[in-house]
Order: sequence, then structure tokens, then C-alpha cells
Amino acid sequence: MNVVIVGCGRVGAQLASLLDADGHKVTVLDIDAHSFRRLPPSFGGTALVGDGTDEEVQKKAGVGEADAFVAVTQGDNRNVMAAQIARNIFNVPKVLCRIYDPLRKDIYEALGIDAVSPTTVFAQLLRDKLLAT
Amino acid sequence: MYIIIIGGGSVGYNLCKALLREGHEVLVLDKDATKCESFEDELGSVCIRGDGCEVSTLAEAGVSRAEVFIAATDEDEDNLVACQVAKHKFGVPRTIARVNDPKNEQLFKKLGIDCPISVTNLILEHIEEKIPTHPLIHLLTMGEEKMEVVEVKILEGSTSVGKSIKELSLPPDSILALLIRNGQKPQVPTADTVLRANDRIIALTTTGSEEALQKELASN
Repeated sequence: MNVVIVGCGRVGAQLASLLDADGHKVTVLDIDAHSFRRLPPSFGGTALVGDGTDEEVQKKAGVGEADAFVAVTQGDNRNVMAAQIARNIFNVPKVLCRIYDPLRKDIYEALGIDAVSPTTVFAQLLRDKLLAT
Repeated sequence: MYIIIIGGGSVGYNLCKALLREGHEVLVLDKDATKCESFEDELGSVCIRGDGCEVSTLAEAGVSRAEVFIAATDEDEDNLVACQVAKHKFGVPRTIARVNDPKNEQLFKKLGIDCPISVTNLILEHIEEKIPTHPLIHLLTMGEEKMEVVEVKILEGSTSVGKSIKELSLPPDSILALLIRNGQKPQVPTADTVLRANDRIIALTTTGSEEALQKELASN
């Protein structure tokens, strides 16, 4: 699978290295080259400096040919915008996006954006752990 | 009319002032407490502190009864999301977004924003008008139909000088609506009207035919 990941924070870098290790073709985009330090030395994919909410940058990063797109920058709105460009302009078949705000996540799910809210997921996880003891 | 503005920067501030003067009910949302205070001091209680992309803040602001929602921050992604939340969650009929990167104007349109406004493009158009040798000026764009109203100056030495309108091969979707000639009352040009240097023509055209129209009327 050909995957483009926007945002090379802890989650983005970890996901990139997992997919790379599984033999997928991975491209990571981040506005700050310093973020690429989080990628392991074994990483065989492409790391590009650029703004993932810029249509031109996405084009150069090969989003038009990607099978999947993941937006995991620190900003909910940036993720939403990047995901919508990938989905509506480049017609990427699978687009995933992180939205911290659970309410905003519900709105974008209704609009057809596949979103995950770490807030909800993590709160549930903590509750389950607490109740299990 | 109830109008909500996101972002209390200079665009938001001046917009709020103008809309209040016109008698509208206006509410500004800004994340910055100091900005909200200065609104309070100068314009009364028209500003609440909060994130204009957050559902709870928008609900508190009564967005569902707003007729117009304007996102005027200097971050394009925030303007996009604020407008989309207002439209899809609260059903605001008209969303207007300030577009900071001109490339995003078309994108916002595709993503459902009713009226994206690129500040850079607006400035460019105004500067164009001030350049005296530029023969074509955009006066008005009617977004949906891609129609525009333009003003064309017939410069000294243009090939159209001395020709009547019927002798020109104008693009079929362009109409010459008005002729303004120095010292005379504006007139509606007819097929027999002969063009002179320094005439000004107000024409209706389309984005696609604008260049052909300019070439026929004002090229040397």
C-alpha cells in the first residue's frame, strides 16, 4: 500500500515506521524537518518538509497516487483540512484523520471523513483499566 | 440580521463596527481575552471569548439563529472548520470565509463554503485599477455564473479606434452595456456606435472570454 502521513509527531513517526516495517511505501510530511528525528534509522520511506494543508504540497508528495492518507498533526483543524483535500481533491480511497475534539469529530464523521478522537479512545481505555482493578 | 464573526483582528473589528452601524445584531468570537476586553470598551458587549470552531462555544453564541457566519481569522484551516461546523451542525444559511492563501479560494468553494474571499486577490484587483495603462478593470464578479462586469479603456492607438461596434468580432457571451465618453452622458452603445480613443466601456463578460474581449477592444 502507498500511504502518505501528514505530521511526524510521536504518533505519525510510529505509524510510519510500523507501516514501513510491514513493507508499505510510506511518505511522511511535516512542516519542521526537526520532527523527522523521531523516525528510526531503519526507516526506508520518504520524509518531506512541507505544509500538508497545501494542495500543491500534497500533489508533490504523491497524494494523487496514494492508496491511503493519514492526518495526525497537532491541530484538529489542520488535520481536517488536509484530510478533505486528500479526499475531495485527490480522491484518495482511504483517508483517516485525528480530531481531538469529540464533538468536532462527530460532525466530520457525518460529512464522510473517517476520524478518530484520541480523547474518547483514551478516556475509555483509562476507565476500563480503572474498573478492571 | 444576526451575524456572527470569528476572529477579532483588524478585519473582524472593522467589520463588526460597520455591521453594527448598519443596524445588525453582531457577535464576535475570539480566543484572546484582551481582545474581547477592548471590544467591550469600544463597542459594548459584542464579543465573547471562545474558540469559534468549538461546538459548545458556537451553541452558546446562538449560531443556530444566525443568518450569516463570517470566519475572519488569519488561519485558513480555522476559517474552513469554523464555517463547516456552522453550516453542517447549526444550519447557518450563508458562510463567508476569509482566505489568506489565495490558492485556497477555489478549494474552500469545493468544500462547501458559500463565499470564500481571498484578501490577496482583492488587493491585487484594486492595485490593477490604479495602474493607468491597464486597459481592463474588474468591477464585479458574480461567482456562481462565472459572469463579471468589467471596464475597458480604449487606449490611444488601439485597433478598435474608429471602428463601429458591428465591425468588431466580440466574444458571443460578452455584452457592451455602457459607453462613457469624456464630457458626455453615459450612453448605451449600438451596433453603429464608433469607438474613439479614451472611451470607456462597461461590459458584461465571462471569466473565459475576458481576454478575448480585451484583445478585441484594447489591443494595439
